[in-house]
Amino acid sequence: MASIEVDGKNYETDEEGYLVNLSDWNKEIADYIAKTESIEMSDQHWEVINFLREYFDEYQIAPAVRVLTKAIGKKLGAEKGNSEYLYGLFPYGPGKQACKIAGLPKPTGCV
Amino acid sequence: MADITAPAYRTIPIVPALKPGAMEGKGPYIANDKHQEALGFPGQLVDNWHDKAIAKMGELLGKFRSLRVYMDACVHCGACADKCHYFIGTQDPKNMPVARQDLMRSVYRRYFTFAGKYFPKLVGARDLTREVLDEWYNYFHQCSECRRCSVFCPYGIDTAEVTMAAREILASIGMGQKYSNEIIGKVHKIGNNLGLPEPALRDTLEGLEEDVKDDTGLDIRFPLDVKGAEVLLITPSADFFAEPHIDGLIGYAKVFHATGTSWTLSSMASEGANFGMFIGSYDQLRKIALRIREAALELGVKRIVVGECGHAWRVAYSFWNTLSGVGDGADETDRFAQMLQRQLDHRYKQPTHICEFTWDLIQRDALKFDKSKNDKYVITFHDSCNVARGSRMGDTPGGQFEIPRNIIKAVANNFVEMDPNTTRERTFCCGGGGGLLTDDLMDLRVKGALPRMEVLNQAVQQHGVNYMAAICAICKTQFSKVMPVYGFDRRMVGGVHQLVSNAIILGDN
Repeated sequence: MASIEVDGKNYETDEEGYLVNLSDWNKEIADYIAKTESIEMSDQHWEVINFLREYFDEYQIAPAVRVLTKAIGKKLGAEKGNSEYLYGLFPYGPGKQACKIAGLPKPTGCV
Repeated sequence: MADITAPAYRTIPIVPALKPGAMEGKGPYIANDKHQEALGFPGQLVDNWHDKAIAKMGELLGKFRSLRVYMDACVHCGACADKCHYFIGTQDPKNMPVARQDLMRSVYRRYFTFAGKYFPKLVGARDLTREVLDEWYNYFHQCSECRRCSVFCPYGIDTAEVTMAAREILASIGMGQKYSNEIIGKVHKIGNNLGLPEPALRDTLEGLEEDVKDDTGLDIRFPLDVKGAEVLLITPSADFFAEPHIDGLIGYAKVFHATGTSWTLSSMASEGANFGMFIGSYDQLRKIALRIREAALELGVKRIVVGECGHAWRVAYSFWNTLSGVGDGADETDRFAQMLQRQLDHRYKQPTHICEFTWDLIQRDALKFDKSKNDKYVITFHDSCNVARGSRMGDTPGGQFEIPRNIIKAVANNFVEMDPNTTRERTFCCGGGGGLLTDDLMDLRVKGALPRMEVLNQAVQQHGVNYMAAICAICKTQFSKVMPVYGFDRRMVGGVHQLVSNAIILGDN
C-alpha cells in the first residue's frame, strides 16, 4: 500500500493518492495533497472542501457537480455558483480533485 | 494530466509510422483482494496461475465456439491493422488489432493445436510465461472493445470477444482490473457504479426538480421508486452526477412530462451500465441485469426505457431478453423472467431506447419544439460504438444511426455530418470505452481520442461545429476530459436529449 508522510506521520493512501481512512484527514493533510496537485489552497478552496465534507457526512458520497455549484452559489453568491468557478479552483475537475484534497473517496463510474 | 499532451494531427488518411514498445508498461491498476473477492475472483495472483489460466482458456474455448473460430480463422491479412484508434494514437504495433489478438492466439496454438504442441517455433506458438501474462494485462487493457476493426475483417472476427476472454482469464487467476471490479462491487452493494446511496439520489433528484421549476416555472418530476408507474427508466448513474450528462436527464424528464407519461427511477437499479460485459464475465453480466428485473417486478412497471448509455443499450438490446426476460427469449423454466414477460406491455418494444421513445412521439406530433433555441449551435453527431455496432433502434436497419440524427434535426436547425469514414458503423471510439475510462489510463485515453479529434477538427474548420452530440455516458465524460487537451472547450460535447431539453415547448400538462 502507498502512503504519504505529513508532519512526521504516515497515512495510508490508495495507488492514486486518495486517503484510505477518512478519519485520518486533517487540514495539514489537505494542504499536503493540494501541493501534490499543484494547488495553492485559498479561502475559496476551503469553502468548497468544507462543503464537500459536510455533504459527505450526511450522504456518504460527494455531491453531484450540480448540487455543489448550487450550494456554493447559495452560500457565496450567484457569480460563484457555476462550474467555471469550480474548474478555476480545481482544474482537473471539482469532482475528483476536490474530493482527493477533502480526503473523500474518488467518485467512480462513467464520471 | 499536466504532462500529458495531445499527439499532432495527421494528414488523413495515413498509416501511422511504427513505434515498437511505445505503450509497454504495467497497464491499469490491478484490483485489490477486496474488490476481487467481492466478485468471487481470487484476491491475488494464484500460485498455480499457469495451469489455471490454460484450464480457463480451455473452458472458454469449449463454451464459446466463436472464440475458437476467432483463434483459428485469422490469416493475418492486415485489413484491421490501421483501423484501431489506439494503434493510430499510440503507434505501438502491438495495438494493431491483429497483433493484440496474437498475444492470445500464440498461446492458444501452443496448448490447443497439434502443430503448436509439437512444433511451436514453426507456427509462432508461445508458452504462457509471467512476461506473456503481464503483456496480456497491459495490451488487453488498451482495447476498448469497440469492434471497429471487426467491421473491416473479412472473416468477421469479433476482436472485442478476444479481449473479453483475455480479461476473464486474467480476473479468474487474480489479475482483475481495479476500475471495473471496484465499480461492479458498488453496483451490487449500493445499486449503481457511483456508489450513490438512495438518500443522496433522492436529494439530487429533489434539487433537480427545484432547478427545473426555476427554469420553466413548471412542476416537472423526477420520481424515484414509484410503484405502479408505467415506465421504468434505466439510465447510467453519471446522468445523476456529472456534467453534461445531467442536462440529458432533464431532457428525458421533460419528454415524459410533456406527454403525461408516468415514470420512475429505481434506487435498487439506479444504473444502466453493465461492466460485466467489459470484464468478459457472463455471470456478472447476468447478475447486474437481474437487478433491473427485480426492480421492474417490484415496481410493477409496463415498460422499460433505457437512457443515453452506449454499452448499456447493447446489453439491453442484445442480451436482456435471455438474461432477464426483458424482451422475449428467456428460459421457459425461468419463473421470474416469465413473470416479467406477462407484466410488460407488448404493444411497445421491450426495452425501448429513450431516443426511440422520443422519436416515436415526434412522429406522432406529440411534442412541440422551438428549434431556434438551439440556433447558437452547429451540431454534429458522434456515433457511440456499442450503439452503432452492437445494437439497433426502430424498425429498419440502420435505425440506430437515423433516429438520433432525426431527433437532432427535429429540435435544431444546424446539423452537419463528420467524415463518413468515421461515422455510423465506421465510427471511432471516443477513446475511453470498454472499462478504460479511468484516470490511470489518461495517456492512452488522450492518444486514443486522436482519430475522432482530427475529424471533429475538420468539421470545426469547415462548418464551425461547436456541439458534438453523443448518446453515451462514457463518450460524454471522455470527451469533456480530453477535448481541452486538443484545444477544444469541454462543453462542446453533450447529449441528444440536452438539445431536446433546450428546444421543447412545455404546456401546463
